[in-house]
Amino acid sequence: MTINTLARGGWDREQMACFQKMEKVIVAMQDPDMGMKMRNQRLLITVIPHAMTGRDMITWLIQKYCICEEEALHISGMLVRYGYVYPLKEPRSLVLRPDESPYRFQTPYFWTSTRWPASELDYAIYLAKKNIRKQGELMEYEKERYSVLHKRINHTWDFVVMQAREQLRASKQRRKADRIVLECQEQAYWLINRPQPGAHNVLDMGLERPNNLSARVTLVSDIITFLYVSYVPVPFVKYSEQYQNHDPIMQGCLPSNPWISDDTAYTRVLGHLVLLVPAFAAPVDLVERWSFSFMELLNDIMGRREFMIYLEKEFSAENLCFWQACEDIRHGESSRIVEKVEEIYKNFLTPGAARWVNVDSKTMDKTLKGIRHPHRFVMDDAQMHIYFLMKKDSYPRYLKSDLYKNLLAKAIMNCPTCLFVLSACSPS
Amino acid sequence: MCDQTFVAITFGPCDCCGKASPLMNIYIKSEATNYCSFCVEVMATQGLQAGESAASLKKESDSLKKKLEEERAKLSDIELSQVAEKIEVLAPLSIKTRRVLKGHGNKVLCMDWCKDKRRLVSSSQDGKVIVWDAFTLNKEHGVTLPCTWVLACAYAPSGCAVACGGLDNKCSVFPLSLDKNENLNTKKKSVAMHTNYVSGCTFTSSDMQILTSSGDGTCALWDVESGQLLQSFHGHTADVLSLDLAPSETGNTFVSGGCDRKANVWDMRSGQNIQSFECHESDINCVKYYPSGDAFASASDDATCRFYDLRADREVAVYQKDSIIFGASTVDFSLSGRLLFAGYNDYTINAWDVLKGTRVSALFGHENRVSRVRVSPDGTALCSASWDNTLRYLGFGWATYSTVSKGFR
Repeated sequence: MTINTLARGGWDREQMACFQKMEKVIVAMQDPDMGMKMRNQRLLITVIPHAMTGRDMITWLIQKYCICEEEALHISGMLVRYGYVYPLKEPRSLVLRPDESPYRFQTPYFWTSTRWPASELDYAIYLAKKNIRKQGELMEYEKERYSVLHKRINHTWDFVVMQAREQLRASKQRRKADRIVLECQEQAYWLINRPQPGAHNVLDMGLERPNNLSARVTLVSDIITFLYVSYVPVPFVKYSEQYQNHDPIMQGCLPSNPWISDDTAYTRVLGHLVLLVPAFAAPVDLVERWSFSFMELLNDIMGRREFMIYLEKEFSAENLCFWQACEDIRHGESSRIVEKVEEIYKNFLTPGAARWVNVDSKTMDKTLKGIRHPHRFVMDDAQMHIYFLMKKDSYPRYLKSDLYKNLLAKAIMNCPTCLFVLSACSPS
Repeated sequence: MCDQTFVAITFGPCDCCGKASPLMNIYIKSEATNYCSFCVEVMATQGLQAGESAASLKKESDSLKKKLEEERAKLSDIELSQVAEKIEVLAPLSIKTRRVLKGHGNKVLCMDWCKDKRRLVSSSQDGKVIVWDAFTLNKEHGVTLPCTWVLACAYAPSGCAVACGGLDNKCSVFPLSLDKNENLNTKKKSVAMHTNYVSGCTFTSSDMQILTSSGDGTCALWDVESGQLLQSFHGHTADVLSLDLAPSETGNTFVSGGCDRKANVWDMRSGQNIQSFECHESDINCVKYYPSGDAFASASDDATCRFYDLRADREVAVYQKDSIIFGASTVDFSLSGRLLFAGYNDYTINAWDVLKGTRVSALFGHENRVSRVRVSPDGTALCSASWDNTLRYLGFGWATYSTVSKGFR
């Protein structure tokens, strides 16, 4: 596993897809009909053609994608960060200012997506050019890198200096405006490919992911008949509507969202290191949620406890105990499976056992046979049977019971904002 | 003089690839054919029949896929957004950063909430794993792994242990002790062993089992105590980047997504791949189940998030926008499943209305990629981890929050 570097082979599929999309935006911006209006920008005494302002870019993006200003500012900021647009004033700072500062589109030669390898030789030539052009123009970190390169590729140094001199001589024959533009373009390119140490490196893509490991195609040859029925996705709408009132993000949650008010009365601390919370402190929406589905009731520790209390009254607590014991086997340590299966057999399945569970004969036979060679899933069928027994029988009765209704009423009473709701709702 | 036997070699065009080369006389289903040695090798390793090649099979499967899609399109399916038309539009969210957790010295790659709703664990590129108390911003525990790029971390359901793994190809479990001075490394237990990096890990309903996904293309279920491999899941043809356990009654399935653009649903007991979805155009970075367990969402490098219905076995919605250019790296649902939060590589988080398919909010604030977003277990807050070395807690209020106490519906 290699960490991605700027080496030629390190371009990700992901990166290329992003670049292609950004390039589409850039090309659309430069479209003669629908694109942006370019104008000549004055930079000190030189006039640079085909430039635009930050404000223009933002306005164009807002109009084209129907987004808000913050998002347009963000997108144009990304375009500058990735080097597709560079600033003319303060060319070292690749930041988009939403004002009249001039920007220009980067030439495709220097686009980050061209797989032009930003090699040491090229960087050395660039730094040499800067050094020759004006002494003291190199920043500290550039000076350091320059000397490191000088040591490392010393054997080609004559070539580097010669190239730098040639390129400088060629550029002197250009007009001042072109020269400025070319310098800015090259500088923007190198700011991205060789960022200042400590600065944000936009080309950092993280871990490299190898390509598909095999091009194997598994073709299932048997014929499968599909029964196509028109699809109507109603269940999701129903589920969301049911839970909408219990989603703190959708409502102001009662009594108060601890993150907003720093009020810790609403949190319960779970985990067996800490004491359980007494029953009367159950927030009303949690108690309500127990009525949505059997799974909600069982998944909540307090719900399970309350349900157990109810079952004990009904003398059918062994069902829940059995279910819990089976869960313990399924998700517990491998080493204790045999011992746990033995326990369950002794307590729940032996005829005449103290907490005998009522499983139908077919399932019972299958389970007893499986117990001879106990494994993690040997209790699955019996567990499923008891689960559905509880779900169809005990659970609906629990919801109608006085125990549950009292708990709900108590929870509502303990919730101050609820009182307000109730009193305001009463007909006047 | 000894008897010299000569092997007669035929030379001519191969029946499979057509190139002229020395041919081997072989029998396929009692039919004699002449293949060049290369085609024989290919056929032997790939189980091809006469006249087939990997390319021809791929073409056949692609055309079958296309036919399936055409048949599906003929039916009068109703889109999710159509059913959701009658539901009222969500008001714009007002989301504020309530807390910023600083303490990691490098990119934060993963985070997970504890069931107590206030603790969380986060892991970073420099090998550090930190357990925080989110309310007080205290760092409760810290461990340094001997490897960098800890890509996966998970909190145990009991709150007594954390699991983490990454470039070391292992997933280790650390029991959390109450003694703050104790070095957690002493109690470290190495559980999972893969042949490539570990990209995701989660505990099942108890502290005793963990499920891991890896860059070697497999997922695996392990027994924590013994470190034994209980079940392995093969089927992905590239790195598996993410997994999520189903919140279903039977608790027996999980979904995984990977670089082969597929999201696969697996049966934990048998190891079988029961459903597969290949709808994305690029690597799938994250998968997450809908709260009811009947659906799941995926986030991908193609800048879209998609929503799949498991019972109907199809993709149901695509969440995308022209102005969203960068890939999505993480998704999570709000408690009711109405909102989908997705973190992107352009440093933003977008909140989508799951039913209507529109974007509700865009959140800015991070200064580098968002690597993970997770809604707290009670649904009151959203935590986002980012490559800018910080984690942020975002709290919610609605634009009409102040009127809730006054007006009623």
